[in-house]
Amino acid sequence: MQKYSVFSLIKNAFSNHQNWEVAWKDPTPKSEYDVVIIGGGGHGLATAYYLAKEHNIRNVAIIEKGWIGGGNVGRNTTIIRSNFMYDANARFNEFGMDLWRNLSQELNFNVMFSPRGIINLAHSDAQMNAYARRGNSMRLNGIDAKLLDRDEVKKLIPMADFSDEVRFPIFGGLMQPSAGTARHDAVAWGYARQADDMGVDIIQHCEVTGFDVVNGKIKGIRTSRGDIKAKKVGLCVAGSTNILAEKLNMTLPIETHVLQACVSEPVKPLLDGVVTFGAGHFYISQSDKGEMVMGGDLDGYNSYAQRGNLPTIQHVLTGGLALFPFLSRLKMLRTWGGIMDMSMDGSPIIDKTHIEGLYLNCGWCYGGFKSTPVSGWTFAHTIAQDKVHELNSELRLNRFSTGHLLDEKGLGTKTWIG
Amino acid sequence: MLYIKCPYCGLRAQKEFSYGGDATVKRPNINEEVPSEDWDNFVYMRKSPRGKHIELWQHIAGCRQWIKVQRDTATHEIFQTAKVTEEIR
Repeated sequence: MQKYSVFSLIKNAFSNHQNWEVAWKDPTPKSEYDVVIIGGGGHGLATAYYLAKEHNIRNVAIIEKGWIGGGNVGRNTTIIRSNFMYDANARFNEFGMDLWRNLSQELNFNVMFSPRGIINLAHSDAQMNAYARRGNSMRLNGIDAKLLDRDEVKKLIPMADFSDEVRFPIFGGLMQPSAGTARHDAVAWGYARQADDMGVDIIQHCEVTGFDVVNGKIKGIRTSRGDIKAKKVGLCVAGSTNILAEKLNMTLPIETHVLQACVSEPVKPLLDGVVTFGAGHFYISQSDKGEMVMGGDLDGYNSYAQRGNLPTIQHVLTGGLALFPFLSRLKMLRTWGGIMDMSMDGSPIIDKTHIEGLYLNCGWCYGGFKSTPVSGWTFAHTIAQDKVHELNSELRLNRFSTGHLLDEKGLGTKTWIG
Repeated sequence: MLYIKCPYCGLRAQKEFSYGGDATVKRPNINEEVPSEDWDNFVYMRKSPRGKHIELWQHIAGCRQWIKVQRDTATHEIFQTAKVTEEIR
């Protein structure tokens, strides 16, 4: 594989950039693989990469209905954080932060990981207390957390509304300085390029139509490009998990909902990190291009449409305007939607299933992007070793029936609220 | 914007309603021994189909009644609405 560097860039400039190698091949599916990963999003590509790199399993195929990185890894708001209170979520995502920090070097692809910090704003004394508790929990798990008072927040985001008339005055906030953003597409492409180089077949425009399960054991999958035998199959299709689960006669603790995001026209550097509003559901960061990247609530009803409705955008931006009045002067460039696996406790599922050789990676709600590396890493371990790793030992499917929920937000089973 | 025909008030904008989830989920009978698997299915497990979906909405900014709506989850088309005591087939 051609190594990307400043020298290869200069060399290729002499041939007008016409002679770059293709980053990944377009193979025809073989009749049999050791492992088939369904879903060529960030998590699927990362899983294939870590299967090859960490477990030396290289006879692997990624089956993708559309094109790689065309789903939620290409639709998210690129936020990376590990500011969780529960131990299981905190340890899992902090391990992921370590993977992020070295990802560009490891993949030889600039994923533009930029640890510029995230501030969760508090608008009442009670919220400050809750954040102090969460911050302490984070620090006990070795995650950096800083409780900011009003003046400290004002120094960091002076453009927020600090006047006396606001309905939800800013009391302070909880900051994770090591959180940040990354270039989402580059994550998918970087993993794809390395996985392809290690022998993984990336098969695009190939839809899974069924599964061959014999005596409770997976034998292969049926696709729009023919049957493929597989010793092990991993499902990595957040957003479409329920559709494939139905083909397997499985019912999961997941509802599928649409989440929208939007960006404004690009402006000069204004906002350094990520900021979330504590009195409504709204979060914002500024991309390297200068666009304000914003998101918030789900549309609030089951949906498989990768687009949403205007009332939700209006509602989210009403919260945004309450926090940052300057937004009223910006034009919106575009809005889009992605479909989410909303699990019943807001935490993901990475586990084996009752079918031998079938593994499940789903339920990411709208926080899947930040976990891309650690999700792939633990899912690869679960598939290769046929057992869960310590890191995903609490992210299991049976936690709903045993009562060991990871309800980080304490919202219960109303997924459309969370 | 969705437009939902409330069986009591007529066609109204989505903003007047709030969502209540899958209407086909049945609560286990009261005063009976309920296996934990049934509770599990009732509380957590959802089919969440792509296509026709019967769901509950509440006309929160109107008559405040709960209603049933049959809607396509891929196209958002609404086929039928009914009072919560009525069946949608």
